[in-house]
Amino acid sequence: MVGPMTITERARKKAEKLDRLGELSAARDEERGVSLWQEAFRRLRRNPAAIVGTVVLGLFLLVAIVGPFFVPYAPTDTIGIREGLVKSGQGIIPGPSGDHWFGFDHQGRDEFSRLVVGARQTLLVGVVSTLIGLAIGALVGGVAGAAAGLGGRWGRWIDTALMRVVDMMLALPSLLLAVSIAALLGASLTTVMIAVGVVSVPVFARLLRGSMIAQANSDYVLAATSLGVRRSKIAIGHVLPNSLAPVIVQATLTLATAIIEAAALSFLGLGNPDTAIPEWGVMLADAQPYLGIRPALAIYPAVAIIITALGFTLLGEAMREALDPKLRK
Amino acid sequence: MFRFIVRRLLQLIPALFGLSILLFIWLHRLPGGPETAILGERGTPEMRAAIRENLGLDEPILVQYGRFMQRMFRLDLGTSIATKREVTTEFLQRFPGTVELAATAMIIAILVGIPLGYLAARRRGRLLDHVSVAGSLIGVCIPVFFLAYVLKAIFAENLHLFPASGRQDPTIEATRITNFFVLDGLMTREWDAAADALWHLVLPGLALASIPLAIIVRITRASVLEVLGEDFVRTAEAKGLTERVVRQRHVLRNAMLPVATTIGLLTGGLLSGAVLTETVFAFSGIGAFIADSISQRDYPVLMGFIMIIAVVFVLVNLLVDLSYSLIDPRVRVR
Repeated sequence: MVGPMTITERARKKAEKLDRLGELSAARDEERGVSLWQEAFRRLRRNPAAIVGTVVLGLFLLVAIVGPFFVPYAPTDTIGIREGLVKSGQGIIPGPSGDHWFGFDHQGRDEFSRLVVGARQTLLVGVVSTLIGLAIGALVGGVAGAAAGLGGRWGRWIDTALMRVVDMMLALPSLLLAVSIAALLGASLTTVMIAVGVVSVPVFARLLRGSMIAQANSDYVLAATSLGVRRSKIAIGHVLPNSLAPVIVQATLTLATAIIEAAALSFLGLGNPDTAIPEWGVMLADAQPYLGIRPALAIYPAVAIIITALGFTLLGEAMREALDPKLRK
Repeated sequence: MFRFIVRRLLQLIPALFGLSILLFIWLHRLPGGPETAILGERGTPEMRAAIRENLGLDEPILVQYGRFMQRMFRLDLGTSIATKREVTTEFLQRFPGTVELAATAMIIAILVGIPLGYLAARRRGRLLDHVSVAGSLIGVCIPVFFLAYVLKAIFAENLHLFPASGRQDPTIEATRITNFFVLDGLMTREWDAAADALWHLVLPGLALASIPLAIIVRITRASVLEVLGEDFVRTAEAKGLTERVVRQRHVLRNAMLPVATTIGLLTGGLLSGAVLTETVFAFSGIGAFIADSISQRDYPVLMGFIMIIAVVFVLVNLLVDLSYSLIDPRVRVR
């Protein structure tokens, strides 16, 4: 007599069947060929570092986008001074309490609200400056790479000229470059974004150029050339999309350094002079004179910067690993 | 080898020429001039004009550039507008401090980073590996000046283990020869001065070392892992060589090439970090001085300092390229 299958047995059988199905479809996938990006994404999903990085960044984005609508106090409201709780001149800056979770800053403003609102500004500085660097760097690197790989003798000449300029930018210490740009344009939020962005231009330019030159030697370019496709079309339609992976990885990593460098500029007094809208770098710089009284004022924004930068770095490194052709199976 | 060095040095000339033109244009486009820095907002137009004429800033920019180049060929970098001292003197007095600081940071980063990265690779997946990978990820994310403040607050102001600022205790009467304080102390056998200068270097050096250290650990680990997977390592182990021989001759030596490249690239970045660390620890090097010079529009100092820094940077990279052939005899520099 065949007894009825227990529930666990049935579940196990079902699971086995599903596993086989998965294997079969995976095998079919392999036959069909999976694109670089699909496979990279699959490996990314299995990497714990990528998951942690994504969660951290997701939280950061959430706080930056919706946070400012839910803060208990306006970030510019000097409530602590109005209520006579904060006297920074006499070294009285109260710490956390039930009403003010992270206490007050030196001007009697609610520290928690400032941190939350500051997330948006910090995100803005990071994203815009990275985009500036990416746009200029990709343009320079793309032209140089296309010229070097496909442009013949003239192309090599253009490439050499562009790369000499890039090398000269690399020869200057990055902070010095940023400081001089900031001095040139006068202190403002835009200045910070331009200064931090320009610093990353040579990195993006060199990366894209190298990646495009490597791609220019591959078989598909030869095939396209022999089919009579125009060189400009090969460069933009074939080589460029295949060369973007390292640039995207670098952009993720640059988001982290951009936030840190913006903080460094603020520390040197070249940040956004308008402290009404809080930004973590400015908050950290503003807290320096009060380190002896209430070090937490420096620690909050510093920890926020470190965690956010860590999120970008984790995700960037995981992407680099996932896209590395050497590690593909 | 000799031809390689000569060619690289010759390449330096057009690069410096281009850099000097760019710098000159950039500097003279900065809003406000040294006269604003000297007089503030109060100066009358006549006083401003007098200062500009005195400094030769009223002449066409081409003439000014020509004069600058003329002096350059005589290795004369001019006089600082702010301190009224020769730029070369200022440089020789301050540069050794930054070099000492950068060297300390690099030595810490290399001595800790390479062994740590190697051990992490050998024990892949174990606790030490996880800790060093996590540490190196966090290391690059900490703002240098924040780390500097934390180190200063804990080890100098609370525990009083290290001095909080400066390069030397003012109560020590040290003889100056090269302005490398540690070296001076050793040369004159003023051991207490040398030890004190070294003591002043520990905290800023540690703060400055954080980013290079993190990067060196990561590169060494990745590079050793790659070499460990090579066939020749398996062959070496299979033919019964001792672990020490395999480790030193086969693994480490082959893994050092990318590490050497990275160290060369990091040297330029050290200067950026030095500006911040020098500010926190009131350490008189060139970093803080350059930042001041920008705000005071001290043209001669900026031109001179940045040109010398560029030369130093190129020379460091030349040394790194030369070190390749020492590490790997297969690499021939041509």
